[in-house]
Amino acid sequence: MPSDPLVARHVLEFPGGYTRTTGPVIGRFLSELRARRIVGVRTAEGRVLVPPLEYDPATGEAVTGEYVEVGPAGAVTTWAWVDEPLDAHPLDRPFAWALIELDGADTALLHAVDADNPKAIAAGTRVWPVWKDRPTGHITDISYFVPEVTKIVAPVRTEYRLQAGGALRVFLEGVARGVFLGGRCPSCDQVYVPYRMSCPECGEVIGEPVELPDTGTITTYAINNLPDPRAPQVPFVSAYILLDGADIPMIALVGGVPAHEVRQGMRVRAVWVPPEERTASMASVRWFAPMEPS
Amino acid sequence: MNRCAVIGVGQTHYTTKRRDVSMAGLVREAALRALEDAGLTFKDVDAVVIGKAPDLFEGVMMPEAYLADALGAAGKPMMRVHTAGSVGGTTALVGASLIQAGVHERVLVVAYEKQSESNATWALSTHLPFSASLVVGAGGYFAPHIREYMRRSGAPGHIGTLVAVKDRLNALKNPYAHLRIPGIDQKTVESTPMLWEPIRYLETCPSSDGACAVVLAAESAVTGTPAWVHGTAMRSEPIFRAGRDTVSPQAGKDCAADVYRQAGITDPRRQIDVAEVYVPFSWYEPMWLENLGFAAEGEGWKLTESGATALDGDIPWNASGGVLSSNPIGASGLIRFAEAALQVRGMAGDHQVDGARTALGHAYGGGAQFFAMWIVGRERP
Repeated sequence: MPSDPLVARHVLEFPGGYTRTTGPVIGRFLSELRARRIVGVRTAEGRVLVPPLEYDPATGEAVTGEYVEVGPAGAVTTWAWVDEPLDAHPLDRPFAWALIELDGADTALLHAVDADNPKAIAAGTRVWPVWKDRPTGHITDISYFVPEVTKIVAPVRTEYRLQAGGALRVFLEGVARGVFLGGRCPSCDQVYVPYRMSCPECGEVIGEPVELPDTGTITTYAINNLPDPRAPQVPFVSAYILLDGADIPMIALVGGVPAHEVRQGMRVRAVWVPPEERTASMASVRWFAPMEPS
Repeated sequence: MNRCAVIGVGQTHYTTKRRDVSMAGLVREAALRALEDAGLTFKDVDAVVIGKAPDLFEGVMMPEAYLADALGAAGKPMMRVHTAGSVGGTTALVGASLIQAGVHERVLVVAYEKQSESNATWALSTHLPFSASLVVGAGGYFAPHIREYMRRSGAPGHIGTLVAVKDRLNALKNPYAHLRIPGIDQKTVESTPMLWEPIRYLETCPSSDGACAVVLAAESAVTGTPAWVHGTAMRSEPIFRAGRDTVSPQAGKDCAADVYRQAGITDPRRQIDVAEVYVPFSWYEPMWLENLGFAAEGEGWKLTESGATALDGDIPWNASGGVLSSNPIGASGLIRFAEAALQVRGMAGDHQVDGARTALGHAYGGGAQFFAMWIVGRERP
């Protein structure tokens, strides 16, 4: 309400900040932090307090002079999620305040944990410190903790130059002209499509390609409802189509008919893209569509 | 040919993501459990045979080289087997052949998959140029063949849901099984979406991380409780061949005939007490019942419907819950072989088939074109 003359902003800040004498125990802790080590102090009872205290809160006795290096990793004992960080918070994105029991310590240290989301942190989550570039001897020398590395991303990419040679070239050049080319085995008389140069059954060399009609019968099919960015939009019908005169079915898309009206035994004909759009690729066949109105 | 026995079986728990172990840690877990079962250590093993499905599944080329240390194989013969989905079974058979041929006394056989490292459907659908991208994953490939089985046999539509329920109920008795759906019934299965019609979501197998291992021994090196190998067979056939029966492939029939002949089996339904058969889609139970000669052609679904293949039926199939309940692909075949061995050793726990003396382990792969089978028995052959 800036318009209200009786409301004013008031800042109370000691110029330059208070100077604080650490005492020997806290001073040692902060000096170790500056050297990127975390230490605790042992109590007379043998417990390791982290951060160290000058006097054992359990007994009121002075702690021993024994410093024990702990961590640097530890386990979260409990935590609170901060959805909207404030200016003074160590992170400018959502994070967790957590009590962290560092390895070798008997008490937990309060610090920030940079976890992606509340599901990425739980009691028992292992965390490691991320150090500030230039430590100065302050608790903020640890910028924050992060969850332990449990997986890495391993990009794998292989690029091929694929050349359609031999039989596939013959077949695809046919497709570019709008015909399906097959081959008849001289030994077993079976007609294979796409065209191939040898018979998988008897090993005979297959000679000249034979032209097959672009009509055939659906032997069987699947209705695909599982989306894949590389496949047609679901639902799509992938069918085994036995071209007239062929002895082995080809897998092709069925269109021009609702998926649930496709039937085994249905007569279909290839629907070609316009001649000027045809290439030496199966993309030249839009799909197979029923011959009779269904 | 020397006698061969399974003297140790080790499995990891099968689950969607084993985030706590590397591939090496995963295979070692199964291997150590198998060795412990046999009362042995790595130094008692002469050779290691490892199997897994295509490298593209995890994107690690020749993982066997990296896994040698984890399997105590340094300084020993080690080889990798690859026959797609049937590889787990084939790996056991390669291990057995090393014993039967007298090459080694003890062989450690391990198979695994860490499906969570990528996506098998992606890896199985590489969509090459020039062709249409129409087959999405294994389900996309097998759905048309299931449809054709349904047409030919006239099987009613609910048969697939019966298998989906039966195998998941069995899984509740197997502490290693991945899918655990208490109270699953036909309605639960029918309410799930058609992924690749006619295959529903719950009629398909899960994606699992996991490993399985067995220790094989020659007769002179047997420790503990052996399951004796009575027959081993592998067959394959080309995926594209005119006249190929994709519903009941000839290679499967030939493979079964071969393994039955070796084991002296003339009536599998009567002579085999329990079968662990690779059924990744529920409809493959009736299909393989016919292909493997447990039922006449067109009659497999009637056997399923009658309850004969349930745990309390006369020929339990997949007492462990099968591939439908746990599918670390490369290991899935070996799990079948290992579970068959556990049954005849009387060590299958809550899913033990009482008095099992003879068991079939089966695996298939590729476009139902690779087959691997063994018959194991309580008695020495």
